[in-house]
Amino acid sequence: MSSRAVVLKGGRVIDPRQGIDSCIDVRLEDGLVSALGQEIPVDDAFVVAVPAGFVVCPGFIDMHVHFREPGQEYKETIASGVAAAVAGGFVAAACMPNTDPVNDHVGVTEEILKRAAEASLAKVYPIGAVSLGSNGEQMTEIRALHSAGCVGVSDDGHPIASALMMRRALEYVSMFDIPVINHCEEPSLKGDGVAHEGYRANALGLRGIPGECESIMVERDVSLSELTGGSVHVAHMSARQSLRAVRSGKDRDVKVTCEVTPHHFILTDDDLEYDPNRFKMNPPLRAVADRDEMLNGLADGSIDAIATDHAPHHADEKVKEFAEAPFGIIGLETAVSLSLDRLVNRGVLSLTRLVELLASNPARILGIPGGRLAPGDAADITVIAPDVTVEVEAERFRSKARNTPFDGWQLRGAVAATIVDGRVVYTNESIAGAATFAWPSS
Amino acid sequence: MTPSETTTTSVRALDEGTKGLRSKHLLGIEELSREDIVLILDTAEAMKEIGTRRIKKVPTLRGKTVVNLFLEPSTRTRTSFEIAEKRLSADTLTMAGSNSSMLKGETLVDTVRNLEAMTPDVIVLRHGSSGACHLLVDVCDASIINAGDGMHEHPTQALLDAFTIRQHKNHIDGLKVAIIGDLLHSRVFRSNISLLKAVGADVWACGPRPLIPLGIDRFGVRVTTSVEEAVEDADVVMVLRVQLERMRGHFFPSLREYFSLYGVTPERMQRAKSDSIIMHPGPINRGVEIASEVADGPYSVILDQVANGVAIRMAVLYLLAGLGAEGDIQ
Repeated sequence: MSSRAVVLKGGRVIDPRQGIDSCIDVRLEDGLVSALGQEIPVDDAFVVAVPAGFVVCPGFIDMHVHFREPGQEYKETIASGVAAAVAGGFVAAACMPNTDPVNDHVGVTEEILKRAAEASLAKVYPIGAVSLGSNGEQMTEIRALHSAGCVGVSDDGHPIASALMMRRALEYVSMFDIPVINHCEEPSLKGDGVAHEGYRANALGLRGIPGECESIMVERDVSLSELTGGSVHVAHMSARQSLRAVRSGKDRDVKVTCEVTPHHFILTDDDLEYDPNRFKMNPPLRAVADRDEMLNGLADGSIDAIATDHAPHHADEKVKEFAEAPFGIIGLETAVSLSLDRLVNRGVLSLTRLVELLASNPARILGIPGGRLAPGDAADITVIAPDVTVEVEAERFRSKARNTPFDGWQLRGAVAATIVDGRVVYTNESIAGAATFAWPSS
Repeated sequence: MTPSETTTTSVRALDEGTKGLRSKHLLGIEELSREDIVLILDTAEAMKEIGTRRIKKVPTLRGKTVVNLFLEPSTRTRTSFEIAEKRLSADTLTMAGSNSSMLKGETLVDTVRNLEAMTPDVIVLRHGSSGACHLLVDVCDASIINAGDGMHEHPTQALLDAFTIRQHKNHIDGLKVAIIGDLLHSRVFRSNISLLKAVGADVWACGPRPLIPLGIDRFGVRVTTSVEEAVEDADVVMVLRVQLERMRGHFFPSLREYFSLYGVTPERMQRAKSDSIIMHPGPINRGVEIASEVADGPYSVILDQVANGVAIRMAVLYLLAGLGAEGDIQ
């Protein structure tokens, strides 16, 4: 398919992997980046003058989402999930295997990829299960899952509780160079806990989960990665003790990486109320000291990625007693604005660092294309407007779900447009100038 | 804090000067101001007198409907609310979890919406899950009274405890109150520390380390694992039940070891002030958290607590649903 070339002209381009942060042109052709530089030839291309203040970035990748299909389509579908992704500035998302059935066989992987191709918005990278049914007993056919398109394995939703199973999985995946992504949680310390163990949970009479519930398993996994040489990626890290373990592993060149969610670097257990729709997630909102340490880790590079752990649930499931409601909040349509507002605009880290966290590093960890805008790369681009203030309006989300604590928040920093394979899949109608990117396709 | 002069006056007189509570619900002590607490205790003084009459009934809540929704086992609290409602002439009905539609899968919110459709004035809720009452505030026009929600609060228990302390000590501020036992799982503990701190008591919390909640330092109480230290010179010793039904895991090795370390015995009580009182919210486990000689002994006010529960619940019902009503309690 050949279509007219496009030149994004004069905008600020940030690409950490190429060391670029300057106002240059980017030429897109046949779904790829074909050239970039100062005043590159336009010839017959369609010219898009990038408005002042907009920034052109390699497309953002959310390496941790739950799209609920197959099996729980009343919560979210792959179609609604990718619509939410592109509206949130993500060109790609890695979906966790805790569907019904679990993505533990090639047939499920193929079904996910088929639905994603039909939706044709954000790219979808399935994560396969480590164990059949994610029950921790029998390893899945990881080689077959990988060949079918899975870019990592995880039993997310559950920890890989057995140290032996984790050891074997790490040994096995090292042959294919994909990571084991672990939901780190020591089951007996979790118990029936529903909130971070501390003053606030106790005042509310909610059973607690200490940070050590997570960090004990992070420490174990760092040790097992050291033993086996397999790559371990710590999902949705929340506790300062876990970050300490990751740093210690990195100091010894252990193949350990980690991600943190916006809610864990913004909110704390002081924010906790009896509203599971906004405040019940696993891991739980932690103490101020944990939140502050997540910010330090984002700034100093010891945290590799920002991921949303987008966990849609139906409203009926969330209007329940706190202890009874399911864990999880959504994040695809708020993560970029939250990161710009709380990290970049408050001086915690630079835009370049943010692009690493949202694009370059997720691509590197999962071994997938993207995270770079060099000639020959897919034209997957996120255009952001870091100084434009927007309001979170959950009612307008593309996601089927509304379980977010951020509804109504005013945030400085917006997604302007999302481009996948050179095709504009989203422009933000609520901000001036974004319509510039709605160029005629084909 | 001492009983104010309303003790000897009628509730009619009280009514004239009473603005009522700040909230239309009683969800927890945490939401009450000191003034709210004093108002409830003072109102209960007048209510208590009704229970001593030959005809123990006043028309205050005539025509009002009160639903007692008890979705967790309860003897004392449920009976106490029912008696309080009947003495105030409310129309009452009590639903237990075992015969409600929740067994058919109906959610709490739907159950209460259905009750709400029949326009009750007050819903008294006992529920096993913390925060259950807060969930209902948005779906209900009726006043919600929390009769115990999970491990969170049991406000009328703390109020009747304060009422009982005041009855015996004439004031609460400055008293050393030692709360001993299963702090972690106790809603009575949470409500009591909020209340006792609001009225100026010196609160000590004591229990085995696994039953002391993390973050207790921010509750503003003195904490010790030594029952001797807790009881030393105490004016009030409040013993909490060991809640075996809420314990999942390993909190202490055996009931025998618990009693040997934390059982409130006559020997240990000798460290307390000579006029100290012994309290327990019930039901008591004899020989586990308290020795029978103490529970049945001269310092025990455990049955006073039960008696005062009716007056406190009458006061709360009156303040939430009876103010401005036509009936008075003369």
